[in-house]
Amino acid sequence: MAADGGMGHATKRREDVRFLTGRGKYTDDYTPAKTTYCAFARSTVANGKINSIDTKDAAGMPGVVTVFTGEDFAEVGGNPAGWLINSRDGEPMKEPKRPVLAHGKVRHVGDAYAAVIAETLEQAMDAVEAIDADIDELDAVVNMVDALANSTTLVHDEIGTNQCFDWGWIEDNRAATDEAIKNAPHVTTLELVNNRLVPNAMEPRCSIGEYDPGTGDYKLTTTSQNPHLTRLLISAFVMGIPENKLTVHAPDVGGGFGSKIYHYGEEALVLAAAKKLNRPVKWTSTRTEAFLSDAHGRDHVTKIELACERDGTFIAFRTETMANVGAYLSNFSTATPTFLHGTLMAGNYTVPNVYVNVKAVFTNTAPVDAYRGAGRPEATFSLERVIDKAARELGMDPIALRRKNFIKPDQYPYASAAGLEYDSGNYDALMDGLEAAADLAGFEARRAESAKNGKLRGLGINSYIEACGIAPSNLVGVLGSRVGLYDAATVRVNATGNISVMVGAHSHGQGHETAFPQVVADMLGVDPMSIEIVHGDTSKIPFGMGTYGSRSLAVCGSAVFRATEKIIKKATLIAAHMMEDKPENVDFEDGDFSVKGTNKKVSFGDVALKAYIPHDFPLEDIEPGLEETAFYDPANFTYPSGAYACEVEVDPDTGKVDICSMIAMDDFGNVVNPMIVTGQVQGGLAQGIGQALLEHGIYDENGQLLSGSLMDYAMPRADDLPNFVVDHSHATRCTHNPIGVKGCGEAGAIGSPPTVVNAVVDALQRGGHDVEHIDMPVSPARVWEAMNG
Amino acid sequence: MYNFEFAKPKTVEEAASAMAAEGAQALGGGQTLLPTMKQRLASPEVLVSMTGIESMVGVAVRGDTLTIGGATTHAQVAADAADLYPGLAALAANIGDPAVRNRGTIGGSLANNDPAACYPAGALGSGATITTNTRDIAADDYFQGMFETALDEDEIITSVSFPIPEKANYQKFDQPASRFALVGVFVAKTADGVRVAVTGASNEGVYRWTEAETALSASFSEGALESMSGNLDDMIADLHGSASYRAHLVGVLTRRAVAACG
Ligand SMILES: Cc1cc2nc3c(=O)[nH]c(=O)nc-3n(C[C@H](O)[C@H](O)[C@H](O)COP(=O)(O)OP(=O)(O)OC[C@H]3O[C@@H](n4cnc5c(N)ncnc54)[C@H](O)[C@@H]3O)c2cc1C
Repeated sequence: MAADGGMGHATKRREDVRFLTGRGKYTDDYTPAKTTYCAFARSTVANGKINSIDTKDAAGMPGVVTVFTGEDFAEVGGNPAGWLINSRDGEPMKEPKRPVLAHGKVRHVGDAYAAVIAETLEQAMDAVEAIDADIDELDAVVNMVDALANSTTLVHDEIGTNQCFDWGWIEDNRAATDEAIKNAPHVTTLELVNNRLVPNAMEPRCSIGEYDPGTGDYKLTTTSQNPHLTRLLISAFVMGIPENKLTVHAPDVGGGFGSKIYHYGEEALVLAAAKKLNRPVKWTSTRTEAFLSDAHGRDHVTKIELACERDGTFIAFRTETMANVGAYLSNFSTATPTFLHGTLMAGNYTVPNVYVNVKAVFTNTAPVDAYRGAGRPEATFSLERVIDKAARELGMDPIALRRKNFIKPDQYPYASAAGLEYDSGNYDALMDGLEAAADLAGFEARRAESAKNGKLRGLGINSYIEACGIAPSNLVGVLGSRVGLYDAATVRVNATGNISVMVGAHSHGQGHETAFPQVVADMLGVDPMSIEIVHGDTSKIPFGMGTYGSRSLAVCGSAVFRATEKIIKKATLIAAHMMEDKPENVDFEDGDFSVKGTNKKVSFGDVALKAYIPHDFPLEDIEPGLEETAFYDPANFTYPSGAYACEVEVDPDTGKVDICSMIAMDDFGNVVNPMIVTGQVQGGLAQGIGQALLEHGIYDENGQLLSGSLMDYAMPRADDLPNFVVDHSHATRCTHNPIGVKGCGEAGAIGSPPTVVNAVVDALQRGGHDVEHIDMPVSPARVWEAMNG
Repeated sequence: MYNFEFAKPKTVEEAASAMAAEGAQALGGGQTLLPTMKQRLASPEVLVSMTGIESMVGVAVRGDTLTIGGATTHAQVAADAADLYPGLAALAANIGDPAVRNRGTIGGSLANNDPAACYPAGALGSGATITTNTRDIAADDYFQGMFETALDEDEIITSVSFPIPEKANYQKFDQPASRFALVGVFVAKTADGVRVAVTGASNEGVYRWTEAETALSASFSEGALESMSGNLDDMIADLHGSASYRAHLVGVLTRRAVAACG
């Protein structure tokens, strides 16, 4: 029986008590005694040769403690890419060094080339202005086509090209796919752009370095989604600080969306400075710095072809994509456009041939990396846009065309043509639910009503699949990952029966502090409020890989599950000892241990206390204490899927799009806390609609970020969004993790962009405008240009 | 932000003498000036706050003229002018968000003359008079291009007087990020004719669309404008819209404003 507040309960988020009353404690809220402040000098040009950096005047300014330049870090290691991708010809990707501070060259606007540490932030900023940097501006490469064509203007001279890699997936399928497309009765082609996004977490990045000369211990307090990964990168690659001498603490974090997965140079700098000064050093990013230096998302330019029979049966998908990696390789930047994108290019469909080519391109822009959805939004957008176009060309209903090609429930496990093995799903059931919820029968009447008001109404449909629960280490190892992607948990039952659970996942909006206890409470039959989650501090938690890729519950939650199983096993031994019977005769139910066929019974609390007062333990057989750790490495990815519908109204006079409805039918497998899941989907939908209608990180030809502030970069606001219908009742259990969960953090951001664009194109088509595609963001100006172009 | 001195005078005279200091600058609601200072793009040595000057705050009617103190917030105009000059009150009610409206002032907005701001269209479209501590300036003479006005360095806008028209309406099409006007059109119908002022669209800042004024003065109806659109010369082109899109919106919004006037 589920404990009250156990699995499946819509328990309110306990962490919200502190967040909603202003008691959250974020990195910038920490100011150790004697803190100094750091400010960075950042490049104002996109590509430049550093002739000299004169810091003499700056160093002499009031309050200045020290000044660093790239020279100071010339001997220090670079910040590495986490995945090694090999090109089609077998050559490994080009991997230029990413230094702590730019050295020799600056490569994007915002690239930091010097840092000042001073007694106050104002003094540090004043001194930054006094740095005399002699930097020759060079031509910049911004556009990916130009970057690939150009062999003289290079982001990294030492690699002799702007191409990082030229990847084929699956290379052995290329010839067959080409052949299938050549012979196909119908081929639909679409060229599209997946627009660059700037993550814009509410809390900008912040890092505090501390050093204790008495012990030689370092501490980094930082805005991170994965403190252990950050520690590993700093220890093993960048600074060589032994891991046992470095604590990384990520306290409350105000949103990450991917941008806080990565290790950034500012973190290494504050640690180095703290050591040099024997004083804490704090840096807090401004919003402007966030725009210029956080890893951006998406930025793909794609040509996709769908070959099919005249009856709509899919024969092949072929994709050519250019993926912008920006000026340096951020940690996951090489995995995102490849294994998180190419492997999903079969979608929910029984298509026999899939081939994906991705060229990763260096440009003089901010680094681009995984951002909520990471590769899967790009895959879904390409697939679901070209399928919609094919439906129109074939004269088929877009739902019927999708259904015709869906993998059927009896086909699992299903080996997709893009190399994954889907374990479970039921796409027709999702589509059934969607059709019912969307009242498709009433659409024509709604459209007529819109027309009366001078508006064009359209309906957009989409189905998606994604790969979450990142990731099986054995598989990703083969694919080029340089780390394992398991997670870890320690369950510590304290003597008085309450429980601390130390987890490798990091909660920065996901509600782990509420959901994880629900899993444990359910298994142990105890009150969830007696269970506390400990996360974010490498000195307290086991080595886990953090939170991204909708992995926390599927991977770390499974580790929690396994550790709790071990707790039950050991507690059963203790209970048997207490009841003087054999462990195999002991049952555990509803928080009580009992001996079969007797009325002998001890409670979980009694067992916990006994574990710490082992006066009469047979120490050969039972150790004192009740604490267990598990590492969980998943057997496969998990495969959430969904069917989405959206209705829009387009104002033909201005091109403005209003979203009238958005319905999300998702299969997340088992659901631990439906309220949290609904919130995750709603947030994802808002982000996806932001991408579809509003957001655009856009550089001019000189590499200046035109949308470099919230005055020009449009974030979605409440009144841009409709009321969402979110339903996760059409669930199929994940077959390979113990909780049966698939992950819900990114779905909304993956499923919604093509749904919105499909709806807009549908509205224009029904309104008599021959518009096949509009690139995102589908702004009023773009819609109007498309209608009148 | 660099350091600065802060003065909060109680009268216009005190303010004028404070403004005479080296590097002094008027502070209204700070909604434009403070972000600029935080970015270190402005470095006034003395900030002279206008909002403590009682005579510069409030909304009053004398005859057919509505007079708004130079330090009156958008929120107060939205509330206090709602019955007196609904077209203008509605414009004020739709500037920014509540925080901006509770701080930002009409004097600050007109002194700044952002090419995408709303009040410049309201003032020019109404044929308002901008009163300073030294003189009266007709709106037709006041606006001199993007961020340019007839104000002298240390001149203070003490009030703005609007002749109340028979009908007026402001149509604003939001720039998606800032929600300033991508294009905004203020139409006022008076006994002497129709005035149409356009903001957001032109590289020259707010301007009067005289072709539309002529057409509407002859017949105040949407039909009078037919498919007219703004003049393409000098239209702003940026990441939010091309010149031809803006020119098109000028026509659409003017027609909508006329329709909304009823
Ligand atoms: C998020 C946001 C959204 C906004 N949206 C809109 C919008 O939709 N439409 C719109 O029109 N505006 C908008 N604004 C701008 C807002 O209306 C500001 O209030 C206005 O631009 C400046 O007024 P202020 O009183 O804050 O002036 P301040 O920022 O204090 O000053 C601006 C300039 O005016 C000068 N000044 C101030 N008062 C006087 C005076 N009495 N005499 C002479 N000079 C003076 C200052 O020296 C300074 O140069 C927005 C602002 C923000 C922050």
